[in-house]
Amino acid sequence: MIHFVLLISRQGKVRLTKWYSPYSQKERTKVIRELSGLILTRGPKLCNFVEWRGLKVVYRRYASLYFCMCIDQDDNELEVLEIIHLFVEILDRYFGSVCELDLIFNFHKAYYILDELLLAGELQETSKKTVGRLIAGQDALVETAKEEANSISNMIAQATK
Amino acid sequence: MSGPSIMETLFQRTLEDLIKGIRLQLIGESAFISKAMEEIRKEIKSTDLQTKSIALQKLSYLSPLHFVDMSWAAFHCIECMSSPRFAQKRIGYVAVSQSFNEHTPVLLLITNQLRKDLGSVNEFDAGLALDCLANIATVDLARDLTPEVFTLLGSSKVSVRKKAIGVILRVFEKYPDAVRVCFKRLVENLDSPDSRILSAAVGVFCELASRDPRSYLPLAPEFYRVLVDSKNNWVLIKVLKIFAKLAPLESRLAKRVVEPICDHMRRTGAKSLMFECIRTVVSSLSEYESALKLAVLKIRELLMDEDPNLKYLGLHALSIVAPKHLWVVLENKEVVIKSLSDSDSNIKFESLRLVMAVVSESNVVEISRVLLNYALKSDPEFCNVILGSILSACSRNVYEMVMDFDWYVLLLGEMSRIPQCQKGEDIENQLIDIGMRVRDARPELIRMARSLLIDPALLGNPFLYRILCAAAWVCGEYVEYSTNPFELVEALLQPRTSLLPPLIRAVYLQSVLKVLTFCIHSYLRNKSSGLFPFTDNLEGVVSESMSKGKTQEASDLPTPAQDDVFNPRISDDNPYEDLPLENNGEDSKFDSFEKNGFTRESIVNLLNLIELAVKPLLGSLEVEILERAQNVLGLIELIRQEFPDQLSPRKEILAKEESEVSKLIRSMNDAFCEELGPVSVTAQDRVRVPEGLVLEENLKELDTICGDIQPSTSSFFAPRYGERIEESLASDLQNGEDSEPSRESTSLLIEHRKRHGLYYLPSSASNDYPLANDLRSGENDRDETEDFVRLTAQSLAPKKKPNYSKPRPVVVKLDEGEVTLSVASKKPSSKYDLLSGVIQDVLQETNLMDKSSRKGKEKVSSDVPQGSKENVQDPEDPRREKSGLRKSKHRSHGKERKHKDPDQVDGKKDGKSERAREKSSHRHGRKKTRQRAEGPLNVSAQTPVIPDFLL
Repeated sequence: MIHFVLLISRQGKVRLTKWYSPYSQKERTKVIRELSGLILTRGPKLCNFVEWRGLKVVYRRYASLYFCMCIDQDDNELEVLEIIHLFVEILDRYFGSVCELDLIFNFHKAYYILDELLLAGELQETSKKTVGRLIAGQDALVETAKEEANSISNMIAQATK
Repeated sequence: MSGPSIMETLFQRTLEDLIKGIRLQLIGESAFISKAMEEIRKEIKSTDLQTKSIALQKLSYLSPLHFVDMSWAAFHCIECMSSPRFAQKRIGYVAVSQSFNEHTPVLLLITNQLRKDLGSVNEFDAGLALDCLANIATVDLARDLTPEVFTLLGSSKVSVRKKAIGVILRVFEKYPDAVRVCFKRLVENLDSPDSRILSAAVGVFCELASRDPRSYLPLAPEFYRVLVDSKNNWVLIKVLKIFAKLAPLESRLAKRVVEPICDHMRRTGAKSLMFECIRTVVSSLSEYESALKLAVLKIRELLMDEDPNLKYLGLHALSIVAPKHLWVVLENKEVVIKSLSDSDSNIKFESLRLVMAVVSESNVVEISRVLLNYALKSDPEFCNVILGSILSACSRNVYEMVMDFDWYVLLLGEMSRIPQCQKGEDIENQLIDIGMRVRDARPELIRMARSLLIDPALLGNPFLYRILCAAAWVCGEYVEYSTNPFELVEALLQPRTSLLPPLIRAVYLQSVLKVLTFCIHSYLRNKSSGLFPFTDNLEGVVSESMSKGKTQEASDLPTPAQDDVFNPRISDDNPYEDLPLENNGEDSKFDSFEKNGFTRESIVNLLNLIELAVKPLLGSLEVEILERAQNVLGLIELIRQEFPDQLSPRKEILAKEESEVSKLIRSMNDAFCEELGPVSVTAQDRVRVPEGLVLEENLKELDTICGDIQPSTSSFFAPRYGERIEESLASDLQNGEDSEPSRESTSLLIEHRKRHGLYYLPSSASNDYPLANDLRSGENDRDETEDFVRLTAQSLAPKKKPNYSKPRPVVVKLDEGEVTLSVASKKPSSKYDLLSGVIQDVLQETNLMDKSSRKGKEKVSSDVPQGSKENVQDPEDPRREKSGLRKSKHRSHGKERKHKDPDQVDGKKDGKSERAREKSSHRHGRKKTRQRAEGPLNVSAQTPVIPDFLL
């Protein structure tokens, strides 16, 4: 299974984390520091796997961002590379040629998308289209709620409560 | 109250503002964040949910990316999560799954909210709740929410259902009893026509099976169907993983799946699937030759690929297959060896691991040579990894692999000369260890040790001082195997040794003392046996060289330019060898030295040399050096007293020497000749606790006493032992001169002993402790040590075979014990036991239920006796083929129908095979019930009964 997902920028800034195995806050910080030191220093033409604490970290660089996923020893590394690619493609579709800034400002969106893709450390959805549809559905739900909340009548109602 | 609330809402910073702020701040990031946190703490207390949720959103942004603690906001998370608005709810859920863990105190409060959302008609609400549960499931949550999850397993909405399937994994983990409720429905999902649901279900089973494969054997037919029918690579990879776990448990199953797997391997274009096939074959199906051959072919393709990922995976696959089928690695030897110089460290390490897996008695020489060459070329880190693995491979099981110790000793020497070598400590240990264990290697060892000592390069590398230390010790300890002890002294006293740290110099000096004792002893021995002819011309030479040495000593003393001293000595050496020495002594041991001649002159020379080199050390500030230098000089002084007289009247000397010097020297030599053996690691345990000794349970008090004493790293051996005796002897010598300090230290020791008497062994002797300068007590001591060396490792007595370095039986046994221990601890934890037990129960129940529901229908087949069962089941196989045939027939039908047909056929086929499977499973159920009736039910014993569904 996937133990965690990390997005780290080339400068070592964390852009997204998602933990599927229990790690305390302290451990999380340590893991991130350790792994960014390990991965960011690797040259461009090396293989995409790093052995780490008896687990494997599969990473892939897209522009200035490193997408890392930590998996068990006997998981399929190539499959995880494909999962990473799938995630990036979905992000790309959603944001329209995604860049690091999109992820910085839409941190939560990236999070929701990841939640649709992975569950409990397992891949749960392989179709880009479906994920897109689900996210769009959620967005629509939020939009209508927002409109409601921002309508004048609502504000008046709140003010006069 | 409404006033501030609306103000807050209007002027609250949104998440975007916060992010922009962080990027543009001028006051420093941490300051900005702490300011933002203040704001958040204020806003989050707002009664307005909108304000609260935005504050929470900001917090959940800061927490993972800027490592801010958010556990204090747990209750606010719950408030947001129970909001009726989806946007706020979502924020709440994200925050909960991010920050909650088993110890969050308010965890109990969310059960109801989760239950409500799981039952929601809105698929997104349910999805959020499921995501959250997957992240934070605890035993309580899993137990309380099992019914809801069970309902969702049958949900008509695919997105909800597949999430529920994913969550079930966590629920099972936490609350195994949930299996009783949910398992059947989970299995049904394997039959789902929707690929997404199938994928999720297979994923869950893959994860479950990796923990306890045996329980899932009864489901093999379902998995087999997926393996054959599915076109989805994601699913196939998972199914392959399941089979990799199941196949080793059931050979009939392995036989069955090997063909389809090979098919996939041949057909697929996806590297991930291909690699999974390879891995499955090499790890679980390697006994099927054709499959293995195909896999090896594919591995070769991977190895030849340019892509470093594939290359790495190829090597990885090789390392899986290596233990069982070494030939595969040997076939690809070239690629593996070449990969040692790859630019990617992962690939390098993997190939090194492979090379080490191949090492055996027959090729260790060759492989070590190759590796050493690579070590020379590669970067320091990898170089040391290579050296480390050679060292550990060769020393495995007490040098099991090493046939030729001369070669190995030379190899160690060669390693020491590699500039980047940092394995000083390992090499040190092995040099000493080999010295102690392998008598035949000692001549070579001492030769090598000398060459190391005189190698100027080694002195420059602080990592290698330990090696020099070992080399010096070897020179002293095994001097009798040396062809030329004088050379050793030269090497030990070379001026550059001043570069070494004092403790190591002390070892050097100690070795000098040993060599000196040995030389003089041999000399005296030769002489006393009356075989030493004194020729007249010798006398002349002696006196000449004596005076020469003395003058030089006088002139060069302040600046010890020993090279000048060495040179004449070396040139002097030759004339001695020409001397007619007739003493082809009875003692063959010293034959080799006879050539060098322990002539009086050479001894005198030796004394001069040592005196010259050691004297300056009397000014050393280091106690260890000072003390040992004193010892050496004291001994020389003593011998000197005899030697000048010697020069004129011979007979007198002989008598005199016999009386004093030779007695002393003999006893010293005896002490040094004592062989040191390796000590078993368990030796300590074997020492019986003397009666009357009260061992304190808690030895914490000891820490205060020996807190600053570092445990010796080489506690495995007892090399220090010899030194102790030497010291005691030396102090014996000095006693006459400087008894003052020794008495002082004695009184100190006595005092110490009085204070901490508790920790000493009670001694029956009148003395409070064995006197350091009492030779006899030293001997007793030695006897004791010897005793328990004998006790622990009786077979250790050196024999004369190259591999007489006997494995210490005690240690080996100990290792075995450890192995079994670790195996025991590897067993699945009780939780998984519980889980598998429940699953087995459920599987049986399911079968029973099937049976009872279809009793009427299948009466005939249920009457079939067990013995012929296999015959009855065989038809399943042909039917599959038939359906395949039919499929092809359909294909040849008219073109206009072509689009529809495959679906129909597939449906039909599925239906049929499914029924067949049900039938068989039903039959199996019967078999199980019968067994149940026959004997008392034992769940764990039940599992090995392998269903015949497939076979």
